[in-house]
Amino acid sequence: MRNKETSDLEISLLLEAIFQKYGYDFREYSQAHIRRRIMNRMAVSQFEDIAEIQSKVLNDATFASEILQDLSITVTEMFRDPLFYRSLRENVIPILKTYPFIKIWHAGCATGEEAYSMAILLQEEGLYERTTIYATDFNQMALNRAKDGIFSNKMIKEYTSNYQLAGGKESFSNYYTSNYDNVIMNQSLKKNIVWANHNLVTDSVFAEVNLILCRNVLIYFDKNLQNKVQTLFYNSLINGGILCLGSKESLRFSDLYAHYIELDTKQRIFKKKY
Amino acid sequence: MYYEAIVIGVSSGGMKALKFLSSSLPIHFSIPIIIVQHLSSKSDSHWIHLLNEKSQLNVKEVDEKEKITKGYIYIAPPNYHLMIEKDQTFSLTIDERVNFARPSIDVLFESAAEVFKNKLIGIVLTGSNSDGTNGIIRIKKYGGLAIIQDPTTAESEYMPKSAIAAIIPDHVLSLEKIIELLLKIDHKNK
Ligand SMILES: C[S@@+](CC[C@H](N)C(=O)[O-])C[C@H]1O[C@@H](n2cnc3c(N)ncnc32)[C@H](O)[C@@H]1O
Repeated sequence: MRNKETSDLEISLLLEAIFQKYGYDFREYSQAHIRRRIMNRMAVSQFEDIAEIQSKVLNDATFASEILQDLSITVTEMFRDPLFYRSLRENVIPILKTYPFIKIWHAGCATGEEAYSMAILLQEEGLYERTTIYATDFNQMALNRAKDGIFSNKMIKEYTSNYQLAGGKESFSNYYTSNYDNVIMNQSLKKNIVWANHNLVTDSVFAEVNLILCRNVLIYFDKNLQNKVQTLFYNSLINGGILCLGSKESLRFSDLYAHYIELDTKQRIFKKKY
Repeated sequence: MYYEAIVIGVSSGGMKALKFLSSSLPIHFSIPIIIVQHLSSKSDSHWIHLLNEKSQLNVKEVDEKEKITKGYIYIAPPNYHLMIEKDQTFSLTIDERVNFARPSIDVLFESAAEVFKNKLIGIVLTGSNSDGTNGIIRIKKYGGLAIIQDPTTAESEYMPKSAIAAIIPDHVLSLEKIIELLLKIDHKNK
């Protein structure tokens, strides 16, 4: 066991170095999260202390991108929280149906499962043809996998059950083809999805969109950064647009809470006031 | 005030233990309690309401960024890891499972140890895996107090045994005795 304790100061200097050198800004992320990931990396790569990580990050771009992967958690699922998707069908789809063209932004889409789930739902509701889905993340590796749309079939049983609980109208297996250990999502689901690299901390307003999903991303940010990103979302939504957060995320502490109506409190679905 | 928080890890057989614990502590108990209980990722929070009805303390599922307050028993939500920040607020993450578990006891214990150092009490109760062992090691390393449920009195002995094998616990006790001890500590704590 190392006897030297890693101080908060050392960690914040490392984050500062990453920001100065590579432009990725983790300085307002949850400190407990960052600390845990850095300590894991130190254990796995057998670093003596954080100074060693710091100098390697600054001199070795390959290693730096590994650290970025460490700090970006891409755990996701198809139809994660099925009752959320059920609520989308009931409460949000009717609103979307009133628009001739629909723009949807998945902020922090990870490896794409959420965007594919949305594409399936929109196809079933007859809205996919008039929709563009912008699925963004700052993790290019995750985006590349999202684009491929190839997922391990180990998860399919669970996804099928999620899909059914979410109110799916078909057989889930209609949406992919199996290939050895993997499934490949149908081309027809991909055609209106635009995958793009976008950093919520350092990049600007995205587009005028009808619906934003940003689920399980803000939990990694501190309160201050959450507020900044909420402003970005507010400015990206049309009046009457919809914001969906993760099932444990809240707008209540945000300065913008008063500017939304809660469409579904439990499923964290909000509508921007006119 | 000396001890600032109590963290508890519990797995299979835990529901009964938690019922007993939350209904036994008195209204003036002043050390906040934070619990990771292994549950299916889709379980709802109904059982928390039941615990709350039977408890003199406030039993609630953790809200993200909530500040840790005395008089509360906090429960980690299913399918999220629970961590504690230096400013004594909660963070949730959906990182990979640890010891096949999310929430993981180790994740809570390790982050709590970083924050509360020797002002932390860690308790490992019944369970049939070894989650919590690395966490209790960390708590001891920072000088915190380690209490383990006596395996012979636990519904599932594996988890307490695993913890006992890894550290020199301060106390190995039945649930009843653990509660007595907590009351004593709380009394001195004020
Ligand atoms: C846990 S995943 C959430 C995936 C999906 N939305 C869900 O709920 O299942 C979090 C994602 O947020 C992304 N993320 C973290 N910080 C980001 C930032 N500053 N800008 C864009 N994406 C970010 C990570 O790369 C990761 O893919």
